[in-house]
Amino acid sequence: MTTPPSDQRPARRDRSPWNWLLIVPIVIPLITALYNSDEPRLFGFPLFYWLQLAFIILGVTATTVVYQMGKKRSGR
Amino acid sequence: MSGHVTEIVVFAILFLIVSGMGFVAARWRRPDDLASLDEWGLGGRKFGSWVTWFLVGGDLYTAYTFVAVPALLFGAGATGFFALPYTVVVYPLVFLVLIRLWSVAHVHGMVTPADFVRARFGSPTLALLIAITGLVATMPYIALQLVGIEAVLKTMGVTGDLPLIIAFAILAAYTYQSGLRAPALIAFVKDALIYVVIIVAIIYIPTRLGGWGSIFDAAKAKFDATPAPDGILLNANNQLQYITLALGSAMALFLYPHSVTGVLASRSRGVIKRNMSALPAYSLLLGLIALLGYMAIAAKITPITAGGKADVNTVVPQLFDKMFPDWFAGVTYAAIGIGALVPAAIMSIAAANLFTRNIYKEYIKRDATDAQEAAVSKIASLVVKIGAVLVILLIDPQFSIDLQLIGGVIILQTLPAVALGLYTRWFHRAGLIAGWTAGMAAGVLMLYNVANPATNHAHFGGSAFSLAKLGLDTKMTIYAGFLALAVNLVVAVAGTLIARAGKLTDGTDATRPADYEADEGDPRVHEIELSGSH
Repeated sequence: MTTPPSDQRPARRDRSPWNWLLIVPIVIPLITALYNSDEPRLFGFPLFYWLQLAFIILGVTATTVVYQMGKKRSGR
Repeated sequence: MSGHVTEIVVFAILFLIVSGMGFVAARWRRPDDLASLDEWGLGGRKFGSWVTWFLVGGDLYTAYTFVAVPALLFGAGATGFFALPYTVVVYPLVFLVLIRLWSVAHVHGMVTPADFVRARFGSPTLALLIAITGLVATMPYIALQLVGIEAVLKTMGVTGDLPLIIAFAILAAYTYQSGLRAPALIAFVKDALIYVVIIVAIIYIPTRLGGWGSIFDAAKAKFDATPAPDGILLNANNQLQYITLALGSAMALFLYPHSVTGVLASRSRGVIKRNMSALPAYSLLLGLIALLGYMAIAAKITPITAGGKADVNTVVPQLFDKMFPDWFAGVTYAAIGIGALVPAAIMSIAAANLFTRNIYKEYIKRDATDAQEAAVSKIASLVVKIGAVLVILLIDPQFSIDLQLIGGVIILQTLPAVALGLYTRWFHRAGLIAGWTAGMAAGVLMLYNVANPATNHAHFGGSAFSLAKLGLDTKMTIYAGFLALAVNLVVAVAGTLIARAGKLTDGTDATRPADYEADEGDPRVHEIELSGSH
C-alpha cells in the first residue's frame, strides 16, 4: 500500500461547536404538532403548508452559518 | 386534437435542441482523454458550485417527482406533502457526512459507495452486497423516469411505444458518448424550463381558480366528502408515518449511487458545502409543485383512464393542458420530458460505474486498465437503459412503482456500512453483513404485508406499515424502511459483538483518519492495494 507522508497536509479540523446548529432544521420540521393546523392562514395557505415552506429558510440559514463559521475557523 | 399539434411541435423542438447539447457535451471542458471513469463517469471530478447545483438538483428532483408528488396530493392530501420536510431535513442531515465521503473518495480515487465500503472494511463480499443493493434500487428509478415522459405523451394524445423508445435511444446515445458531461450540460436547460413553468403556474393558475384560499378549500371539500383517511391536514394515525417517511427518505437519498455520483463529481469540499445551502431552492420549487395536485382538484381535473385504470400521473400534464395556451403547455411538457432525461442519464452512469468497479473489476478482470473500465461502463449504461425500457413496455408500469418503493427501503439498509462507516470503524464486517441481511428481510417482509385497497393491491401497496401487525393496540402506521433500519442496526451491533467475542478475522482498513478531511490540492493515493480476502 502506498501512503503519502501525512505531514504534507495542512492540519484541518471538521469539528466545530457551530455544527450543533444543524440539529435545529432536522428536528423542527419533524414536529408535526407545530404545523398540523389549518389556521392561521397566510395568503390563503393553511398553516400546514406555509409554515413547512418557511422551514426551508431555517435549513438554509443553519447550513450557511455552519459553512461560514467553518471557513473562519480554518482561516480560509 | 388540433391543439395538441402545437404542443407536440414545441415539445419536439425543445427535445431536439437538448439532445444536440447532449452530444456536444463531450467537448465541454474536454480533457485529453475521456477513456477513464474519472472522466466519463465523474466529468473529471472538476465541477464547480454552479454546475454541481444544476447537476445534483437535476439528479434529485426528477420528472417522476414532479409528476408523482402532486398526484399523491391529488389522491391522498397532506400525507403526500412529506416530500417537503424530507427535502428540508436532508441537507443539514448530510452536510458533514458528504464532505467526509468526498474527501476519502478524492484521496483514494473511489467512484461508488461500494468502493468506499471495500476499502474501509476490507470485505469484497460486503462491497458486493452494497453494489447489488445500489443496482436493484436504481434500476426501477430509471424506469420510472419513463413513466414521467409517458404521462406527458399520453396527455398530448401520442400513443404507442415508439416515441418512448426513440426518446430513450437518443438519451442512450449521448450518454454513451459524453458520459456525465451530458446531463450536467442539459441540466441547465432543464432547470431553467422547470423554474419558468412553475413560476408561471403558481402565479397564473390561482388567478384562474379564485386564489389560493379557494384552491385549498376545494381540496378540503373533496377529501371531506370521502370516508377514506385523507384530508388537507394529517390525522392522529398518519403523523408517525409522515415524519418517519420524511426522515427515512432523507437518510436514504444520499445513499443512492446516483446522488453519490453527483457529489463526487464536484471539485472541492467548499463546492459541496455551498450546495447544501443552495439546493433547498429546489425544495421550495418541489413544495409549490406538490400543490399543483390541489390546483388539479380545484380545476376539476380527472385522470386519463387507460385500460379501465385511472392514471393519476396524468393530472399535472392535464392541468397544464387546460390552463395554458397550447404553445406554453408544450413548453411545460418539454420541461417534464427533459426533466426525465437528466436523472435517467446520471442514474444509468451510476449503475454502470457500480457494475464496472464492484463486479467487473472485482470478479471478472482484476487488472482492468482505466480505458477498459470506461469502455465497460459505457456498454453497461446502454444495457441498463434497454432494461429500463423493457421493464416499462413489457411489464405493468405499476411494477416499477412498487419496485421503486422497495428501492427506498433497501437502499436504507446500506446506511450502517456507508454512512456510519464514514465515522466509525467499530462495526465488524460480519456484523454489517448480518445486519444488512436482517434489514433487507424485515423490510421486504413488511412491504409485502402492506395492502392498498385504493389500487386493489393485496401486497406492496405502500410504505406505511401498520403497527397493529406487530401486536400493538394502535391504528398508527410507520415507514417500513425506518423499522427495517432499526432491525439492521440491532443485528449489526449484536453481530459485531459476537464476531469480536468469537475472535473472527476482521478486514483491514485501507483508509486513515486524515483522509476524511482532505481537500482539493491534497495528494491522492493513486494505486491503493485493496487488502482483504474473499
